[in-house]
Amino acid sequence: MNRFLLPLAGFMLLAVILAIGIRHAPEKDIIASPLIGKPAPNFALPDLADAAHTVRAADFKGRWYLFNVWGTWCGDCRAEHDTLLEIRRANVLPLVGLDWKDDDAQARAWLTQLGNPYAVVAVDHAGRTAIDWGVYGAPETFLVNPQGIVVYKVVGGLTHEVWTREILSRVPRQPFGGS
Amino acid sequence: MLPELGHFALILALLLAGLQAFFGIAGPALARERWISAVTPAVAGQFVMVATAVVCLAASFIGDDFSVRYVASNSNSALPLFYRVSALWGAHEGSLLLWILLLAAWTVAVAIGAARLPRRFAARVLGVLGLVSFGFLLFTLATSNPFLRLDPPAGDGVDLNPILQDPALAVHPPILYTGYVGFAVAFAFACAAMLEGRLDQEWARWTRPWTTTAWAFLTCGIALGSFWAYYELGWGGFWFWDPVENASFMPWLVGTALVHSLAVTDKRGLFKSWTLLLAILAFSLSMLGTFLVRSGVLVSVHSFAADPARGIFILAFLVLMIGGALALYAWRAPLLKSSAGFELGARESFLLFNNVLLVIAAATVFAGTLAPLVSDALGLGTLSVGAPYFNPTFMLTMLPLMALLPLGIHASWKRGRLSDAQRTLLMTLAAALICALGLAFGVYSHGAVLTPVGLSLGVWIILASLVDPLDRWRRGLSLSRAVLGMTIAHIGLGLAVIALTTVQSFTLERDVALAPGASTSVGGYQFRLGAVEPIEGPNYGGLGASITVTRGAAVVAVLKPQKRQYWVQHQLTTETAIHINRGNNLLVALGDDLGAGRWSVRIQIRPLVSLIWLAALVMAIGGVVAATDRRYRAGRVAAAAPALAPGGEQPT
Amino acid sequence: MRLKATALAALLAGFALARAALAVDTTQMPTPQLEERYLALTHELRCMQCQNESLADSPVELAADLRAEVRDMLLAGKSDAEVRAFMVARYGDFILFRPRFTARTAWLWLAPGVLLLIGVGVLVRVLRQRSALLAADPTGVDEDGPP
Repeated sequence: MNRFLLPLAGFMLLAVILAIGIRHAPEKDIIASPLIGKPAPNFALPDLADAAHTVRAADFKGRWYLFNVWGTWCGDCRAEHDTLLEIRRANVLPLVGLDWKDDDAQARAWLTQLGNPYAVVAVDHAGRTAIDWGVYGAPETFLVNPQGIVVYKVVGGLTHEVWTREILSRVPRQPFGGS
Repeated sequence: MLPELGHFALILALLLAGLQAFFGIAGPALARERWISAVTPAVAGQFVMVATAVVCLAASFIGDDFSVRYVASNSNSALPLFYRVSALWGAHEGSLLLWILLLAAWTVAVAIGAARLPRRFAARVLGVLGLVSFGFLLFTLATSNPFLRLDPPAGDGVDLNPILQDPALAVHPPILYTGYVGFAVAFAFACAAMLEGRLDQEWARWTRPWTTTAWAFLTCGIALGSFWAYYELGWGGFWFWDPVENASFMPWLVGTALVHSLAVTDKRGLFKSWTLLLAILAFSLSMLGTFLVRSGVLVSVHSFAADPARGIFILAFLVLMIGGALALYAWRAPLLKSSAGFELGARESFLLFNNVLLVIAAATVFAGTLAPLVSDALGLGTLSVGAPYFNPTFMLTMLPLMALLPLGIHASWKRGRLSDAQRTLLMTLAAALICALGLAFGVYSHGAVLTPVGLSLGVWIILASLVDPLDRWRRGLSLSRAVLGMTIAHIGLGLAVIALTTVQSFTLERDVALAPGASTSVGGYQFRLGAVEPIEGPNYGGLGASITVTRGAAVVAVLKPQKRQYWVQHQLTTETAIHINRGNNLLVALGDDLGAGRWSVRIQIRPLVSLIWLAALVMAIGGVVAATDRRYRAGRVAAAAPALAPGGEQPT
Repeated sequence: MRLKATALAALLAGFALARAALAVDTTQMPTPQLEERYLALTHELRCMQCQNESLADSPVELAADLRAEVRDMLLAGKSDAEVRAFMVARYGDFILFRPRFTARTAWLWLAPGVLLLIGVGVLVRVLRQRSALLAADPTGVDEDGPP
């Protein structure tokens, strides 16, 4: 066996591994969330619409909901806003917003101007709740089931395609009850 | 009009590169003299066409032609002119064009220098370079065309990434790529030698100046990148073991080994097949780096936008190019054997140590960089690798190498005669130890165990390098450029070791909450926060603070850190204010508004950081000096040199 | 003569470096040990937004928030392992810069050592071979001079 063939053999092996790596590449940007299959983190935060009222995780126990992290400073959030409005109109499950590291007045103005798709918006100035949810950028959206378990996470802007393919497919049809 | 012209020029360049490759390789193989003569014109033509394309693209940037998609994605009418030009290589397509331009430039340089080489060999070298150019041009035109149009044209551009709007940006990629691409020349020399069956000491001597020069450029390029990252990206960090950084560091490590290995082959005809392999490896790592950065298989701070389709193309190109070269190697290498011998303490030994340690270091960086990819591909789960892995494993090979360097410098060829140098070595070592221990415990009062070790090694390297040259100078003897260059480069290395040890051991860092008027004391300096006010720049707005730094009674500096919001891309960046005082780098960054008028201020004191880049510059200068030694500029070599003889050795 | 030259050079080097004098400071955290742990942890944890910078190095807000989280936990008396576990529970293994030593990652940690052993093996073989060749060939002037 010609030992000078070793470099070539080693290189070919590397090429195969790199080829496999390319196949997996599109998923690289999205870091798998360790929260999938685990209970959604607790939180108790002020309501954007009424500072005296507290929004809690427990408020949503018993039904499916989407937890959407956003901010007025975030360009992609602006881009996904239309999809969020579409989700609101579809009336399948409520959108709970987390206004992350934002200015309250600007956030209210934004919702008034562009339309408010949220059932309620919790305000996170300090960023601790976002950390608990493993948020590392905006927008991010979590799908939570009636038992309070996180079932799916969307990193980046929500699109119509992802809404129908990944979220709707996981949620059994139910009427949107009152709060 | 201009974009069309540029596009057309690229297509012509592709054709000319193809001709260059064909004539260069088929000509000598089939002994067609006319074909061989056609190679140099093809080289010139390709260069002119590529340059034309670059000029057209640059003109589109300067003229704010937003009908060109690449310009619209990377520029803006408010962008200062200087950055409109440098934006040309700010993203994937343009930086590829820069790669191709520099490859064409190197090829022209080789064509000029080839006047001293045997005709057929020179043609083969240019032919192989033509193959590489052809591959890159094809890749560009097929998947990454910078001249694609937008219809209708964009109203205005999306702006250059704010992080890239920095003077160092203008210089870093061109210099880095000059080095990166320069290893293609050594690769081409190696392939030509394998094709021809000529692998003697002369080949090594021809290859040396090109390789050393490319190495010098790569050293500068990496140092610039580190310098740029220091001022732009990080908080006093100058090396993050980021995949893109590693992609340039691996060729550098192997390139350093190659520079040393070529010396042995040139001088004594030893290590021939090993040197050949290193020449292939160095450029392969350059190409691999290009792949890693552009294919999306790795996560990085500054990788280009990922596109799997491009990844596949580059991978195919890699397989053909590198696989081909390695196949040639498997074919020719078995015939290369020499029967020269040397002692354990000989210079050859030390250069062998050098090579083994450098290659292992490169392999370790390689493993760490690709580990996430490998682990994921083999289904072993996600893996995350950073400095806590790279630092200790890198030191594992580098510490022994640093310790062996002073010994190697004083070893003679073939028989070593280290006992003659024993006294010198022991004295320089003692001096280094005294110096280091005095510094570590006398001047600075804390530091890790490695601190005196690192400092002693650095000083010892410098002293050991200086002894002989100083002695010869004192006696009025001349010093060849090769030796002078080597001395300078090694001194640069010693300085780098001192600087790195000092920075790692003695950095001070603090986060403080300050209200305007309040001050804090760090490392013998006092920092007082003045006002925090709104600021505005050509394409950004934000907040700026004014921090007065004093040492005792004297004012050292007024630092102005900022937080900037770029209008077009909405990106928030923190501009660290940096000042140098007595060799210490003072860094101040503005943090969050803590309410009640107080601001979070981060302060860091890093001693001797600037020495790191200075040391790299010294190393590069040493390389260039060595490359211009008169030996390499000898006259024309005889065309018929002895061909490959199995088992034989070239007469010295 | 050489002795004097090297001694002088060493002294000069020492003095040049000694000018950059520094003293150790007390810090923002209540004790130096806590400060050291804080710095070590923030350098060891990845900033999830600028994915190849550490929490200590990153200029973005998320990093500042995470640093504050680390500080609060250290002040509350949590151990380093607890801080890491907290981060990993929320962000996954990716937030650690130091790969854990498990059956799946062992190859990475062992690779440098193994390579070094192989390298030493190669060195020993080549050096023995070449030494023998030299012994068998007594010709030739010892060569000095340029590299």
